[in-house]
Amino acid sequence: MGIKSLCLKKSLWLFHFGGASCNNCDIEILACLTPRFDVERFGMLLIGSPRHADVILVNGSINKRDEQRLLEVYEAAAKPCFVVAIGACGCTGGIFAEGHTFAGPVDRIIPVDAYIPGCPPKPEAILAGVVKLVKAKFG
Amino acid sequence: MAEHLFYFLIFPGLLFAGVAGGLLSWFDRKVTAWVQFRRGPVIMQPFYDFLKLLLVKETIAPARGSVLTFLSAPVAGMFGASISAVFVLLPAFGITSGFRGDIIVIFYLLTIPSLSWIIGALASGNPLASVGASREIKLLIGFELTFLLIFATVIMKSDMSISLYEIIARQQESGALIGSLSGVLLFIALLFCIQAKMGMVPFDIAEAETELSEGTFIEYSGPPYALIKFTKYIMLLVLPALAAAFLLGGLPLTGISILWSLLKILAVVLLLTLIRNTNPRVKVGQAMRFFLIWMNALVIIAIILSRLGL
Ligand code: SF4
Repeated sequence: MGIKSLCLKKSLWLFHFGGASCNNCDIEILACLTPRFDVERFGMLLIGSPRHADVILVNGSINKRDEQRLLEVYEAAAKPCFVVAIGACGCTGGIFAEGHTFAGPVDRIIPVDAYIPGCPPKPEAILAGVVKLVKAKFG
Repeated sequence: MAEHLFYFLIFPGLLFAGVAGGLLSWFDRKVTAWVQFRRGPVIMQPFYDFLKLLLVKETIAPARGSVLTFLSAPVAGMFGASISAVFVLLPAFGITSGFRGDIIVIFYLLTIPSLSWIIGALASGNPLASVGASREIKLLIGFELTFLLIFATVIMKSDMSISLYEIIARQQESGALIGSLSGVLLFIALLFCIQAKMGMVPFDIAEAETELSEGTFIEYSGPPYALIKFTKYIMLLVLPALAAAFLLGGLPLTGISILWSLLKILAVVLLLTLIRNTNPRVKVGQAMRFFLIWMNALVIIAIILSRLGL
């Protein structure tokens, strides 16, 4: 493994994008970032600006208003940048898929690198999903 | 000439200060993790962060705003920090640079990083960045006077010597300045000034992650942001080293005293980390009042005490 991918793998900074979620996924993501699960030991850090993001965590269904925002955030992020869709809503639309404001699951708007299903997924499942993403990308 | 370049680029300038400061920043994050009962990052973490930003990520220049100023500000900040590293660390390690009056130059050099970040933020054309920059300016106005008064008191306590090397030599003869009551007061004020200069938690109003999403640095990505990180590492070594040089009797590098020097730096960083972890963020007005009234009063009391010989 080259030094570049080693450094990227060891220092993934997370940006959290909450769409029109029922708020449970947000809570689980925040729980995942608390001292109890300690993602900083893998070098992960929650950051506030998409310019610094290496991973964008998207949760919640994306409605017509969020669509534009999500695209903007994705374009603002410095590449290489991975996208992780979290929860049934992020992966497929979940219970909101039939709604009249629904603009499509995340992967119809921006390319998605990993899906973490669940309604909501447990923090352990989110961690396992991110670890799988790292394994798939960096071997 | 070659000697000066070596001082500037390798030891104790750019390279040494960056690597040692990176390790200190790991120490800071590790202690934070312990305070919160977790494991915390690995020792290489600051370098992974730096190299990732430098080698892997792309640079995005602002569409509106001055691209040249935006991109050159972090470079200027880094060079300011490494020159101040040379000026502070050479005398602190007991190598005389033969430069009398360096203490005044140090005071100016230490403001270059904040100043260049302000300029860079204002050049980015981002409204959140300019709010961050204006907060940083207010903070500067607040703590710079205290910082200057601390310098003045240290000069007064060392019989009007304005050479850092002489100040340290005097302390090594007749005991560190922190041994007196006024020295303790100065140390407290200096700790808070360092906290504000580093933008650490009670005074991280310019970066305010929750409201301004990194404020001053919001637009930076890739290599320019890596340089900003590197500058922060350097400052995390230089400012505690300055505190050690002023009040704790320098950082001699001979024999067993290497251990003492290391302990001094670690103790100062530990105090900074503990303050950072046990305080909420203050508002701009609170920060200014804290420095302009309370810290200035503290230093003035220290001046009076030192005149009385305490
Ligand atoms: S996946 Fe379930 S828990 Fe998550 S936002 Fe959608 S409805 Fe809520």
